[in-house]
Amino acid sequence: MPVSRSPRPDPSATAATAVESVTGARDRFRESLREHLSSAVSEFTAATALIVLFVALSLASPHFLTADNLFNIGSQTAVIAIIAVAQTMIIITKGIDLSVGAVAALAGVVGAIVVRDLGFTVWEATAVAVGVGASAGLVNGLLIAGARLPPFIATLGMMSAGRGLVFIITGAVGVYSLPESFQLLGNGEIAGVPFAVAVTAAVALGSAFLLSQTRFGQYVYAMGSNMEAARRSGIAVRRHLTAVYVLAGALVGLGGMVAASRVNSGQPNYGIGLELDVIAAAVIGGASLFGGQGRIAGTLIGAFLIAVVRNGSVLLDISIHYQQVIVGLIIWAAVYFDQFRRRRLEARG
Amino acid sequence: MSAGRGRTSRGPGRGDGAPPVLEARGIVKRFGHVEALRGADFAVHRGEVVALIGDNGAGKSTLIKVLSGAQPQDGGEILVDGRPQRFGSPLDARRAGVETVYQDLAVADDLSVAANLYLGREIRRRGLPGRLGLLDKRAMRRGAAAALEQLGVRVPRVTTPIAMLSGGQRQSVAVARAVVWATSVVILDEPTAALGVVQTARVLEVIERARDAGRSVVLVSHNMPQVLEVADRVEVMRLGRRTARFRAADVTTDDLVAAMTGALATEPEDAADLH
Repeated sequence: MPVSRSPRPDPSATAATAVESVTGARDRFRESLREHLSSAVSEFTAATALIVLFVALSLASPHFLTADNLFNIGSQTAVIAIIAVAQTMIIITKGIDLSVGAVAALAGVVGAIVVRDLGFTVWEATAVAVGVGASAGLVNGLLIAGARLPPFIATLGMMSAGRGLVFIITGAVGVYSLPESFQLLGNGEIAGVPFAVAVTAAVALGSAFLLSQTRFGQYVYAMGSNMEAARRSGIAVRRHLTAVYVLAGALVGLGGMVAASRVNSGQPNYGIGLELDVIAAAVIGGASLFGGQGRIAGTLIGAFLIAVVRNGSVLLDISIHYQQVIVGLIIWAAVYFDQFRRRRLEARG
Repeated sequence: MSAGRGRTSRGPGRGDGAPPVLEARGIVKRFGHVEALRGADFAVHRGEVVALIGDNGAGKSTLIKVLSGAQPQDGGEILVDGRPQRFGSPLDARRAGVETVYQDLAVADDLSVAANLYLGREIRRRGLPGRLGLLDKRAMRRGAAAALEQLGVRVPRVTTPIAMLSGGQRQSVAVARAVVWATSVVILDEPTAALGVVQTARVLEVIERARDAGRSVVLVSHNMPQVLEVADRVEVMRLGRRTARFRAADVTTDDLVAAMTGALATEPEDAADLH
């Protein structure tokens, strides 16, 4: 950094610093610990809740802790997790994406159609689905970063338009008569691990690396933290914000394809209400709807928690309506703890 | 904090024949029918702290926005080191070595101190990883720690998020960021308006260290005692023009108030008729 002048040693200042460093070392350690804890506290809370739930369900149902069921939970988590990772990136920019369910359905349906009608392989279809998702993301991004629509409104429009498009394309009928190979992505396995779980792991690792180690990731947090500061710092805000929506859209497309592959069909009704599950997963994991905060690790825990709640409810024969109530309670608790933590931090400042 | 500052030993940089590092000549800026700047002049020389004062509506903020490239002028010219420059955007001003700290804090609360210092100018790793966008976080931490040390800014650690700092520490970081990147002039718009006594002293200390490091500082402030304490010179604006210039050592608060209200002027009246 181009500060030219070297520090001038001032005897009184040095003495003061020496005294301070003796008493300061312990404070600094405590300070450091507090910082690390505070960023991990929601993840820690969510992980604890997950473990408690896991143990409770293992005791409550003999079917919970079986290889088959764990495999099932894994691939169930996969779809929510992939899309929740996308949602997390957007939430960090202080945005929100309500269109993920519709876009996932669109991508899944298009992926199924190109296999059925054009004879694409499942992998080619996956590439198409990712492209469909990225295109929807591009439209969202241009509406938000270019036309300056609030993210809530822009993606609300995409939610409706995307779902409409799904029904137009399919005539509101599911896309069936697909080859068995279509299931590879969602139900296949490598070395005993569900293929979908491996894909999720790759997506999560890649996204976590992108957010924490690259300049792009730094800008994602900067934009969500203070858009004006980011702009004044010379960051190309429009381009980067659009890129976030495109990337997130691509992941949503991938998630939609995994979901279609799991049920071996393209379902026009897929993903209604999915946006709530993935927003919940991100928020439970510590992402802040006020922007600037959120980590992939937390989102994964959140996605897993939601998948386990859903799975456990089925095993315990709790109706889908009660599941909704339970997820609602979890969201309230997560946000309450988040705000509690934030207030305590700010009270110090 | 003022011990050993020694303003008297250091001239304000005038009279050595060098052109001002940043100069505004006859700047005109209109907003519709309102003429906010009516041929405003301003100059700051290398290594001096110039306070820009004036009553509300005198045109200080508008002049600052023109000098920082945020709002291009309608008439007049800006000179950097005696050469005319066109500031069409804040980026142009920054390329010319002029950094501005705006009144509302321009820091990202969730990012660390180091990340804020390097925001928009991140250090990337060398070679292919760098071209792929990988950050060299260690280099940035080290650079930030060294820069803050030199400017006397104390923060718990450079990895601390800005949100966990006090108001004075935040503002000090914002000022330090501008000082570090400015190669010639740092413009501060009311940097201490929202701060307490101790915090204000900290920020003023950073300003003095910036001058000691060879930067010129333009300070917009309403606080007359503060202006006289930290500035080498004072330029007074009234009704969109510069009406008075003083050496800070030669004036009292009363003189400044008189100049702001129009009772005292050092600039020739006919300057107003130039346009």
